[in-house]
Amino acid sequence: MLAHFTNIITVFLMVAGLFIIVARGNLIKKLVGLSLFQTSVYLLYITPGKVIGGTAPILSPQYSVYSNPLPHVLILTAIVVGVATLALGLALAVRIREAYGSIEEDEILTRDHHVESEETKEPL
Amino acid sequence: MSLAQHLPALQVVLPLISAPLAVLSRRGGAAFLIVTAATWAAFAIAIALWLQVDLSGLVSYPIGNWEPPWGIEYRVDRLNSFMLVLVSGMAAIVLPYSRASIEREIPQESHYLFYAMLGLCLTGLLGISITGDAFNIFVFLEISSLSTYVLIAMGRDRRALTAAYQYLIMGSIGATFIVIGIGFLYLMTGTLNLADMVPRVAVIENSRPGLAALAFISVGVSLKVALFPLHQWLPNAYTYAPSAVSAFLAATATKVALYALIRFYFTVFGDTFLFEKLPLPAMMLVLSLFAMFFANAIAIFQTNLKRLFAYSSVGQIGYITLGLSFDSLNGVAASIMHLFNHGVAKGAVFLLIGCMAARLTTRQTAPPALTLERLAGLSKAMPWTCFGVVIGGLSLIGVPGTAGFISKWYLVLAAVDKGQWWLVGAILLSSLLAVVYVWRFVEVAYFRAPPAGRENVGEAPLSLLIPAWLLVGATVWFGFDTSFTVGSAIEAAHQLVHNGR
Repeated sequence: MLAHFTNIITVFLMVAGLFIIVARGNLIKKLVGLSLFQTSVYLLYITPGKVIGGTAPILSPQYSVYSNPLPHVLILTAIVVGVATLALGLALAVRIREAYGSIEEDEILTRDHHVESEETKEPL
Repeated sequence: MSLAQHLPALQVVLPLISAPLAVLSRRGGAAFLIVTAATWAAFAIAIALWLQVDLSGLVSYPIGNWEPPWGIEYRVDRLNSFMLVLVSGMAAIVLPYSRASIEREIPQESHYLFYAMLGLCLTGLLGISITGDAFNIFVFLEISSLSTYVLIAMGRDRRALTAAYQYLIMGSIGATFIVIGIGFLYLMTGTLNLADMVPRVAVIENSRPGLAALAFISVGVSLKVALFPLHQWLPNAYTYAPSAVSAFLAATATKVALYALIRFYFTVFGDTFLFEKLPLPAMMLVLSLFAMFFANAIAIFQTNLKRLFAYSSVGQIGYITLGLSFDSLNGVAASIMHLFNHGVAKGAVFLLIGCMAARLTTRQTAPPALTLERLAGLSKAMPWTCFGVVIGGLSLIGVPGTAGFISKWYLVLAAVDKGQWWLVGAILLSSLLAVVYVWRFVEVAYFRAPPAGRENVGEAPLSLLIPAWLLVGATVWFGFDTSFTVGSAIEAAHQLVHNGR
């Protein structure tokens, strides 16, 4: 159980994030869930790359145990992507709030349905 | 090294540089020139690479001169080069079109941002197609996705915002699934280079992490492919995006995701394992049939023309995955052909819908949706536009003389090879559904009287019609001269099926 400690945390965060995206109707809360989901992947990559007692891969007779630095580099990229996604998502939420006056998914949907039923009624 | 050796890097770098330059120029006209020049250069490079592959079979380029598998490798084989030609070619046609199209659809002050985003989107799509590095695929996927969300949100209707938001959520989940899958593969094999991964994956693919990687990658890529039932983001995104964006996305974005699916299934995991030991062919077959019948049937009941053809896209993707599920030379070749042929035909249709939008909507007010009633009798006012949509529609149905016929013919051949005669019936029957939705447009545009108050509507300007008709012409051309499409697709299928054995 303890050996899988990091994996359990990772999977918990992953599932929690996905659950928030599915279960919440608030656009901001969905983005929180998405962020959590993406962050859990950072752990998925980084934790297996770390060897306890290992150093950075420096070729020297002093060191014999190395941690893998590549996952860190990959996740640095993924973090940038995550930040960009979150920023864009929040920007869209702001614009949606300006256009609809709401950030609740169900309210936005009812307003759209209203518009759609009018659109089909009146020809140009 | 001569310039010709650096073509794989330039293929991606040129559009990438054009995007920040377009932002710095801060003027629509200058940005347009920069991005268009980069796009045309990318198209020329794609053709040059296609010819290079013809000569040498495989072009490998180490980025920054770091030897693969340690550095990132760009690896161009027949399938890549074919995708590069499709993506950059579509961009080369959509960009000149967008100049006149966004005049009417996007506020003047954000034109330069539009071109920058289109340049980035092209960079991402070309990058996915050319790279031979698993994590690089994810990075380029996010570059193309993030710019796509912005492009969709630029639509004039406020529903473009919610469509972009919905796609952002679904797309990010898909991309994260892909990166989880790649993570598992990396943990098990210790490499990110796709070619280097192949022999190592063969050892571990039946282990639990190997299967988990396969599952995550399958679901993630299928989300981007809009494989039924993961297609919910697509209809709204295509409907409310600016016309030029709808055309570009419909012709390239899902196609590149399908390329990634083919790459992971056939090259990395290998079809011998996937299609002979796992129940994957049956699953793909069922989902493809659902797409072919349900999505096409839903398309019939749409009143908005853009949404109608968006659902038709979901249906057409079903034919492509159906071909893959056969795991035979003809089947995979049919899929690759249909990638191209459907991309060209659907691109043409969406460009022509943009012509209608340009004439039927005014600049000031929010655009009225292009519902079918509003198109009544349009063939008299816009004969070329309507006729082009009909030809594109014929290609979607698969009528002989259009490109769509060629790929469906090979699909039928593949079904016959497998002895699955009932599938031949299913392909023909679902094509009849396409007849119905195309006929709905024909009936409205050709056989109804135009509504009062639309006398002043004329044919679309040539700046819109010429790019659109180039694609319509290509749809007919590739229905007769199949040496490029069929030749490339069969050669690519030879390399893919059973890893070229």
